[in-house]
Amino acid sequence: MKRSFLAVFLVAALLACLLCGCREATNSGNGTSDGTTLSSGQRAENNEIIVGIAQDLDDCLDPNLSTAAGTREVMFNVFEGLVKPDSTGDYVCAVASDYDVTDGGLTYVFTLRDNVVFHNGETCTPEDILSSFQICADTTVNSTVAAALSVVADMVIQDGTFTITLQEPNPDFLSIIANVYILPEGYENQATAPVGTGPFRFVSRSIQENIVLERNEAYYGQCAYLSKVTYKIYEDANALFTALNSGALDLVAHLTSDQVDNLSNGYQVLEGTMNLVQAMYLNHNVKPFDDVRVRQALCYAVDVDAMLDLTADGHGTKLGSSMYPAFTKYFEASLADRYPHDVEKAKTLLAEAGYPDGFSFTITVPSNYTPHVNTAIVLAEQLKAVGINAGIQQVDWNTWVSEVYGGRDFEATVVGFDASTLNAGSLLARWVSNNGKNMINFNNPEYDAAFAAARGALNDEEQTAQYKKCLEILSETAANVYLQDLADFVAINPRLEGFKFYPLYVMDMSLVRYTQS
Amino acid sequence: MKKGNFFLYTGAVIVCIVLLLVIVGFFWTPYSTTEMDGSNKTQPPSISHLLGTDNFGRDIFSRVLEGAGTSCLVAVSVIAIGCGLGIVIGGLCGYYGGLPDLLLTRICDAITAFPSILLALVILSLLDNGMVNIILVLGLLFVPSFARVVRAEFSRCRGLNYVKSVRLMGAGDLRIMVFHILPNTRQVLMPALAIGFNNAILSEASMSFLGLGIQPPNASLGSMLSDSQIYLQSAPWYALGVGGVMVLLILGFGLMTEGLQRYGERD
Amino acid sequence: MKTILKKLIALIITLFMVSVLAFLAFQIIPGDPTTKMLGTEATPDAIAALRSELGLDRPVMTRYFDWLGSFLSGDMGISYSYRTPVGEMIAQKLPVTALLTLLSFLFTVGLSIPLGTLAGSVRSKLLDRCITVTDQILMSVPPFFLGILACYLCGIVLKLFTPGGYVSLENDFWGCVGYLVFPALSIAIPRAAMTVKMLRSSIYKELRQDYVRTAQSRGAGRWSILFRHVLKNALIPVITFLAVSMAEILTGSIIVEQVFTVPGIGRLLLASIGSRDFPVVQAIVVLLATWIVVVNYLADLLNLLVDPRIRRK
Repeated sequence: MKRSFLAVFLVAALLACLLCGCREATNSGNGTSDGTTLSSGQRAENNEIIVGIAQDLDDCLDPNLSTAAGTREVMFNVFEGLVKPDSTGDYVCAVASDYDVTDGGLTYVFTLRDNVVFHNGETCTPEDILSSFQICADTTVNSTVAAALSVVADMVIQDGTFTITLQEPNPDFLSIIANVYILPEGYENQATAPVGTGPFRFVSRSIQENIVLERNEAYYGQCAYLSKVTYKIYEDANALFTALNSGALDLVAHLTSDQVDNLSNGYQVLEGTMNLVQAMYLNHNVKPFDDVRVRQALCYAVDVDAMLDLTADGHGTKLGSSMYPAFTKYFEASLADRYPHDVEKAKTLLAEAGYPDGFSFTITVPSNYTPHVNTAIVLAEQLKAVGINAGIQQVDWNTWVSEVYGGRDFEATVVGFDASTLNAGSLLARWVSNNGKNMINFNNPEYDAAFAAARGALNDEEQTAQYKKCLEILSETAANVYLQDLADFVAINPRLEGFKFYPLYVMDMSLVRYTQS
Repeated sequence: MKKGNFFLYTGAVIVCIVLLLVIVGFFWTPYSTTEMDGSNKTQPPSISHLLGTDNFGRDIFSRVLEGAGTSCLVAVSVIAIGCGLGIVIGGLCGYYGGLPDLLLTRICDAITAFPSILLALVILSLLDNGMVNIILVLGLLFVPSFARVVRAEFSRCRGLNYVKSVRLMGAGDLRIMVFHILPNTRQVLMPALAIGFNNAILSEASMSFLGLGIQPPNASLGSMLSDSQIYLQSAPWYALGVGGVMVLLILGFGLMTEGLQRYGERD
Repeated sequence: MKTILKKLIALIITLFMVSVLAFLAFQIIPGDPTTKMLGTEATPDAIAALRSELGLDRPVMTRYFDWLGSFLSGDMGISYSYRTPVGEMIAQKLPVTALLTLLSFLFTVGLSIPLGTLAGSVRSKLLDRCITVTDQILMSVPPFFLGILACYLCGIVLKLFTPGGYVSLENDFWGCVGYLVFPALSIAIPRAAMTVKMLRSSIYKELRQDYVRTAQSRGAGRWSILFRHVLKNALIPVITFLAVSMAEILTGSIIVEQVFTVPGIGRLLLASIGSRDFPVVQAIVVLLATWIVVVNYLADLLNLLVDPRIRRK
């Protein structure tokens, strides 16, 4: 009697466990139909998409206070300035319907639209514009914007126009205007519930989980096609890839060529460029990188083509200086060939500099950027051929920012620099000897002079010539081991169309739509 | 053949194979573990590349050998530090008792209360993640687990009759501890060692998996497993090979201790 | 009663140590949170202002007691990177991890007790070897490797679930449970295998006790002895082990959450460590440690309750 009772107990326990597993497993099948995770077909029916992003929007969402490029990438759809960049790199009218530059580049006159409505339902008034400029000038953490706004002489609102007068001309001022986002006056919750004028409005965010945008139905221009965009956050690159491959996501940008090669879900893959200058940045205050011959030797020792083959199947654009091809005006492809792969020449230069047997140094690299880590691994291997022994130290992004970038405590680092505004100056300003962001301690009077001349130039031609001279100096003195502008792969659900690459680190969702089938 | 020996022998065979591979791997690998070959990327397994090649064209088998060697080295050193210090601290605390015992036990409890990965993570971000630092940090974190079992055994034996009689015969504390009590801890120490080794391999692998352990280009099983994830579909042998070796590393010692334990059970 | 009280005091001392360790650990970490908060283009003045706003310029001891005081009153501070109360952030993530831990624990218990009993009572040598070797293999698989395999096999090949397609807990409880089954199994299987090993060995020892022989000589059946006497005694060390498992399961979930992108405490913790978000890391660490200490304490009590031999001492 008792024996059977106990046997029953045992069997029951086992069964319960198994049943539990089965029931839950079947539930997972049903669960997807009424949960947040709709199947791909249901998402198409609801005209919504899920975008995978690799980092959380970890700052507060106030556009003047947020710093991360990843935040800008998403919030580009929510905030607009008087003008905004388009996919060709030009500035087009946004909150302003027209603009005019007069007075030799000293006066900018913007004609305002009268049908602009904020996401909270309030109409955008001229006072909002004025306060937006004031708030931006007072609080922005972007020093380029802050510096440019500090030379504003006067701002006037009159008859539906907004006039800015500058103390001195600034050929890049339009790019600054695009970074002054128009926000409702007196609205205090920008950090948590941002309100702008863009084609999408902010709905909700869940930390480290997702951020939801919905179409702004009252948009003054062409309304967005999609009614809802959910950004899901995957901090682990492999988890992001798995989710993409399983069809949980409709669009993921910034993939590597290895990842798209291994994609098996039939998504279409678009190739663009990351728009950044990837290089092995060298600290000129550290021996032996103070010696131009050593830096040139490194450039000769590195085989960029082989590196591209190994890390990206040959995708990517070789660079020879601090400029990427999206800036067609300044980019010189020929600079990339100044230092062809030449081991013998590298050894000779090293011997001249007093290092016939090479030396050892450490490459510090932020661990969250797989492409940079992979590049560093390849470079370390290539440098062995000339007797240089490079170790790799991975650090988290925050340590990189505070120690390498801020503290300049490093020997070499592999990262990419992008331009926060669409002008060449923001890429080149950092190498001026007294610039606070000059982390490599580059000190070249000729460069400083050329850059100052470019900034002070009155016309575009002269400015272009001076910027090109800056690039030439960087290349000639081998300021850094310039590598590439990385290929940027976007995997997208084949039923979607309209995705466009921008010369900036942004993703414009207003153009994406489901194909009519 | 005795019952316990089956596991002991099987385990020993696995351990011997793994150790042999690891030791060979220290001195010689079929290919360089860092040399890259752009024309030979992500090759499937073949005679020349037993586990194929990775995304840089490096021989995976060679790298697995190196990674397994690193894992073993880390685990053995960690256990040596953890067990050595654990025996000293646990033994003294258990034998003498009193306030120091109370205090050290509390500290041990507090340390074991943190997830060890987390603590290692925090400390390593302080120290730079070199191999020596990983060993030191994990080694120290492993002390409490050993100290605890040793302490319990010492404090139990202290009051037993045989210890009392040895003491009456005039043996000193040190002699009692080393020659009379320590051998008795073998029974509890063996499983603790096995679990410790297991945990040490796992901890190193987990940290490398999260990118905080052994740094590239040096091979480590954890970081290779992390890299292999995107090739699961196109090159499953990469993940399976690396994961398989990790399992073997732990399995061999696991089986051996199981065998030893069974042997003990029969006494 | 006295033992319970004594253990309670020990518990409180341990918790105090935990809080000191947790607090100090984050004071000596390199990297300043303010650089992260203000970005790369901040001025030194702004950094200094923020440091004083966050109280980072005050001495360590003052900060510790301030922090402890407000922590005990339920205020865990403000996150550096999200500028929202830490308590809210944790409250948002906690249910997910709690559910994952619970599921893993249920699986561990549900799998290990029947299987362990079976393994302990098996007489066939061959069967015993098969069970033990399988058990050892399962014990040797790291949870994150199991997770990767589960994502691939159950997710991509068998399409039982969508890896990365986490279903939010608030929207769809059963959907969420359905998703969490897979990470829970990844955590539970190695733990269950260890428990099986313990239980087998424990049963094996008990079966060789004198009272078993006595019962046998009185004519009691094999199963009757196993369930009426042996299992009860054999489970005592296993219960402690299972309780301690709760701690290991939580640790395991930190990594497995990463593999399955489950937005729980583990991911919050790792992200916060990366971003030097001290208040969040401190709060989570202390909460996790408290949980573990309390669980161990309860396990001790449980042990006292079920094992009269210990109680008598």
